[in-house]
Amino acid sequence: MNRFDFLRPTGLTEAIAEGGKPGSAYLAGGTNLVDLMKIGVSRPERLVDISRLPGLDRIDWLEDGSVRIGALVRNADLAYDIRFASAFPAVAEALLSGASAQLRNAATLGGNLMQRNRCAYFQDGASACNRRVPGSGCDALHGENRLHAVLGWSENCIATHPSDVCVPLVALDAVVEIEGPQGPREIALDALHRLPGDTPELENALLPGELIVGLRLPAEAKAFAAKARYLKLRERMSYAFAVVSAAAMLTVEDGRIREARLALGAVAAKPWRARAAEASLIGALPDTEAFAGAAALALAEAKPSGANEFKIELARRILVRALTLAMEGTPAVMPALPASPFSTHTGDRHVA
Amino acid sequence: MTLSISLTVNGQPRAIALDDPRVTLLDLLRERLHLSGTKKGCDRGQCGACTVLVDGRRINACLSLAATLDGASVTTIEGLAEGEALHPVQAAFIACDGFQCGYCTPGQIMSAVGLISEGHAGDDAERVRELMSGNLCRCGAYKGITEAVLQAQREMTAETGRDAA
Ligand SMILES: Cc1cc2nc3c(=O)[nH]c(=O)nc-3n(C[C@H](O)[C@H](O)[C@H](O)COP(=O)(O)OP(=O)(O)OC[C@H]3O[C@@H](n4cnc5c(N)ncnc54)[C@H](O)[C@@H]3O)c2cc1C
Ligand code: SF4
Ligand code: FES
Ligand code: FES
Repeated sequence: MNRFDFLRPTGLTEAIAEGGKPGSAYLAGGTNLVDLMKIGVSRPERLVDISRLPGLDRIDWLEDGSVRIGALVRNADLAYDIRFASAFPAVAEALLSGASAQLRNAATLGGNLMQRNRCAYFQDGASACNRRVPGSGCDALHGENRLHAVLGWSENCIATHPSDVCVPLVALDAVVEIEGPQGPREIALDALHRLPGDTPELENALLPGELIVGLRLPAEAKAFAAKARYLKLRERMSYAFAVVSAAAMLTVEDGRIREARLALGAVAAKPWRARAAEASLIGALPDTEAFAGAAALALAEAKPSGANEFKIELARRILVRALTLAMEGTPAVMPALPASPFSTHTGDRHVA
Repeated sequence: MTLSISLTVNGQPRAIALDDPRVTLLDLLRERLHLSGTKKGCDRGQCGACTVLVDGRRINACLSLAATLDGASVTTIEGLAEGEALHPVQAAFIACDGFQCGYCTPGQIMSAVGLISEGHAGDDAERVRELMSGNLCRCGAYKGITEAVLQAQREMTAETGRDAA
């Protein structure tokens, strides 16, 4: 780990003034940044500890029916907040499917949104990686890439965004609240993460020194509470990043789908909202045929970036499965294995 | 640049001068406070061997910079027993054969203490396994670990039930 100056600002203004200086990085729970600093991938000159900034660890229910989650709310606290989890069950399920209980106790919502990708070449200082060293090339393109992107990638970078919680959040039209040297602004979560294009080193829309202070879910997002699921396929049962994941949420009226929200995880450099697939479901009967049609649309533009063609079919199937389970209804209690496709029926055990 | 922090470690208030902000809570405990019960496995948040409680919540000490913890209360495996009397989770790990080599055990036990106080597992072995998945055991003592967590939880609930009565 490189040497750095460590700052503990007591207020937002001070934090942003320090965070705006070249070489600064914000430190929240540290579960991603400290890891990357240990392996030399992140080398900040100045670490601005935001973990104790006042007022950013609250969940506020606003008068217009929306809810604002402070950027420092810990992943576990959000997932187990009873009011929040009953209004947004797929968000809670996604949170509980991520990392481990220890990590969820430390990780913040802002940090989860801003976590870096998990490409092995990004983490290995001896490999070429356009994200780590712009212009150096991309060793993943002809390397181990079975878990890399199938949507929105470019020859310059094929990494995926690893966050689980971003997937249902982007489906629910979450809005990111930002403070920065130029004052406050807000953007759709859908616009926070950037696709690589010709500038893979630009991972997100934040300007230097900008800090995420919170995230808002609009009042309309609550309409999906009764039929909402997040499903995550992993290479082991728990404590693993997604191979592919999907959030599916429905409202149904007179036996037909009134509104649908769909997003895929671990397929692109951003949580992938599937708007055309959503539109195809409006007014449809909620059956397998409609779900398969939506899944086909969601993956219509997909193409393998390497030895990962299987992810395209897997993503289609996980989307159909998520829609089918959403249609069955949000489980009354959180499944023992949150988001696991292997625990759809209560009473099932993965070991005898 | 020296940073001073105050920590309560296993009930003892300590004033700590950090000459280097890179020190993790794990290295502080092991190398400077000589509490080597907390183990280093991966040093990257992937194994759970370094699990301790900070302000009552289980976290990975290897990913937590000590400098961020001013004023916090830390409990490690050394702080569980009361004199010769083992904590119910420690006793249950012995009774249920919840280990073989023992390297992961301090982390497993601290994680179990955290899990029980969080209260989300009920008496469901599947939920215990899921909520203990942040603690790897290379010896594969998982069956005994799950039983130990459930047994300790039953004892601790009976205990508080008695106190309340
Ligand atoms: C072993 C392991 C397994 C994991 N598994 C999963 C998983 O299955 N699913 C999943 O979704 N995640 C997983 N994670 C990732 C974990 O969720 C993230 O590390 C965590 O959410 C980051 O939050 P933090 O508060 O610790 O962020 P930090 O590490 O403090 O920061 C991460 C990044 O975000 C920036 N940042 C933090 N807060 C803000 C803010 N408010 N505004 C602007 N920038 C900010 C930091 O500068 C840094 O670049 C895993 C992590 C580990 C170590
Ligand atoms: S896929 Fe992206 S992160 Fe991975 S090596 Fe290529 S440029 Fe780097
Ligand atoms: S040493 Fe901390 S999780 Fe492995
Ligand atoms: S007892 Fe040996 S690693 Fe768990």
